[in-house]
Amino acid sequence: MAIFNLHSIKIAHNKSTAGCIPKRMPAPESVVIPVSMHIGAPAVPVVKAGDTVKTGQLIASSGGYVSSPVYASISGKVKKIDDILLAGGNTVPAIVIESDGSNDIYSEIKAPVINSFEDFIKAVADSGVVGMGGAGFPTHVKLNVKDLSKIEFVIINCAECEAYITSDTRTMLDMTDEFFDGLSIIKQHIGDKRFIIGIEDNKKECIEKLKPYCASSGVELKVLPSTYPTGGEKVLVYKTTGRVIPEGKLPLDAGAVVLNCTTVVALQKYIRTGMPIVEKTVTVAGSAVKEPQNVIVPIGTRVKDLIEFCGGYKEEPKKILYGGPMMGISMPDDSCPVLKNTNAILAFNAKDATPSKQTECINCGRCVSHCPMNLMPAYIATAYAAKDAKRLEQLKVNICMECGCCSYVCPAKRPLVQTNKLSKALLKNYQMGAAKK
Amino acid sequence: MSQLITQVSPHIFDKTTTQKIMLDVIIALCPAAVASVVLFGPRAALVIAVCVASCVLSEWLFEKICKRQNTISDLSAVVTGIMLAFNLPVDIQIWQAVFGSVAAIIVVKQLFGGIGKNFANPAITARIIMLISFPAAMSNWTLPNGVDIASSATPLSIMQGISEGELPSITNMLLGIRGGSIGETCAAALLLGGIYLIVRKVISWHTPVAFIGTVFIFTWILGGNPVYHVLSGGLLLGAIFMATDYATTPYTKSGKLIFGIGCGILTVLIRVWGSYPEGVSFSILMMNILTPYINKLTASKPFGGVKAK
Repeated sequence: MAIFNLHSIKIAHNKSTAGCIPKRMPAPESVVIPVSMHIGAPAVPVVKAGDTVKTGQLIASSGGYVSSPVYASISGKVKKIDDILLAGGNTVPAIVIESDGSNDIYSEIKAPVINSFEDFIKAVADSGVVGMGGAGFPTHVKLNVKDLSKIEFVIINCAECEAYITSDTRTMLDMTDEFFDGLSIIKQHIGDKRFIIGIEDNKKECIEKLKPYCASSGVELKVLPSTYPTGGEKVLVYKTTGRVIPEGKLPLDAGAVVLNCTTVVALQKYIRTGMPIVEKTVTVAGSAVKEPQNVIVPIGTRVKDLIEFCGGYKEEPKKILYGGPMMGISMPDDSCPVLKNTNAILAFNAKDATPSKQTECINCGRCVSHCPMNLMPAYIATAYAAKDAKRLEQLKVNICMECGCCSYVCPAKRPLVQTNKLSKALLKNYQMGAAKK
Repeated sequence: MSQLITQVSPHIFDKTTTQKIMLDVIIALCPAAVASVVLFGPRAALVIAVCVASCVLSEWLFEKICKRQNTISDLSAVVTGIMLAFNLPVDIQIWQAVFGSVAAIIVVKQLFGGIGKNFANPAITARIIMLISFPAAMSNWTLPNGVDIASSATPLSIMQGISEGELPSITNMLLGIRGGSIGETCAAALLLGGIYLIVRKVISWHTPVAFIGTVFIFTWILGGNPVYHVLSGGLLLGAIFMATDYATTPYTKSGKLIFGIGCGILTVLIRVWGSYPEGVSFSILMMNILTPYINKLTASKPFGGVKAK
């Protein structure tokens, strides 16, 4: 098992919404559904303005192998297909649907027939499910392993190490039957591997609930200390199996497949009922939100409609995030939609959003002694300032998972994650240039 | 709705700031400062005040002239001032203390780019500059108030036969009733400060323990009295406060251990065979110079990293 401890940090959990059973939000007047809510090729719209769609109907089909189809999350009329700017900075087409208020389910929804592994993978692909932990990697690509004997472990990520977010907690508590049914479906198709649930010890209620299920299904429950970033893929694989994922490789190269618990439940739903991913449990919290809670939201719902459902803003928001405060992406305005992989929407007031004053690096080495990947962010920043790609290659900036520990602990409030991101881009360009030569 | 702030993650931060770290160091230096005034009288307070004031002033002035961002609020110049004063005899001339402070801040720190960029510890280097510039004044040890010892020698010079006299008792060594610089004598106060810094996670134990431990073991092997060696001279002050300076010492734990051991060996070599009675400041300065190499040698191995072809 673990021969050395990976560095980590302790953050304030702020999981006050953990006890909030998700409320289902009624369909908003309109939704904006981007065709790219995953890593890989954007989906291709199959509807046009004026078409009538029902909940669960395909509106954009998969745009390639590494891609994922998109379904209507409400019933109504397609108003337009427009380019929108996502918080990640890319512009993608988005399908705008105006609600007819009926909530009609698409008539052709039925559980898929699965007779082989290929059928299973096709079903996973058709479900539109992507990594719900936040990365948004199409799940069928992850599960489509040619040589199933390569898989030794299936790791279920229940760590939820980010602050504020409790949507996975709710999945574990409210959908336990579905969760374990999902695990048995996966087990049925990829074989009897070691299934390990990795969970942080701050989720006592979940652990108690999962224990008997694990005992009866042969799934291992691994309770890990609540340190950030336990839920990082490489960190979780290491902490649950002792395996190290080599640089530039996938978990599979260490014999593991990692799935988020909400991903498993979404898969189970499609395989049992045929209803693809059209809604998402989202934790709405932060100092600017009047009534923080968990909400089941139709995908594509604008953030402002969601916040309105949560009693509106308590104070003027100055920063709104997709996801948690450590890795979340700040959005330009609250008309941005909820995506497939959105697990939280956090809105902060001016006090929480104002950036701290940056001062000079004092070489304290805190970034080095807290990096879970054992990198040296202060050196990376120096190498980036010199635009020294060769040095960045030696410093292995490509391993950085942007967890944010370095910036978090920096007493000088240096933007280390930002320099790491820029360094990764610089290094990539350099390596591509070197490859061409 | 007004413009939202968009920013790269993370969006929450630890409350530690450079200023708070420096404040912790100042707090940790307080017991020794109080002890210095008790032991050496109000002139010790004057020396500390002069050094602090001239360090802060020279930092402010230099940054003003160079049109750099003013950094005196980070309190690092205050720390340098106190540490330099701690390394001076109580009877040092005021102008000499000012000279040392200006050298520390302007020559050693600001000319290399200011906080975090200097390769040598400002207070240590300034002390060495003063030792070379004013050898007589820098070795004129006035004894603490009301101590009845015939000579004004330090325990180190007595042990090495440079001066004659009786060694003070261990209790007196712990309390600081012995000849020496104003801040270095009270071992108990320095240890208290060191424990505070370790508890507050401002410093790690690696450097001080390696440094002090090496001196202890090495002097023991050489047949000296290890307890006296550890408690005398500037060892505790150096090991706890100077050898743990961020900018001029290694990042990693193993690097810190190497740094501490190196300092310890050099200190004993100078004490036993060198012509100066004390070697703490020289050893730290030498190890400061080696720090980039130690950092290179002890660079952390990236998780899952594959060696470049």
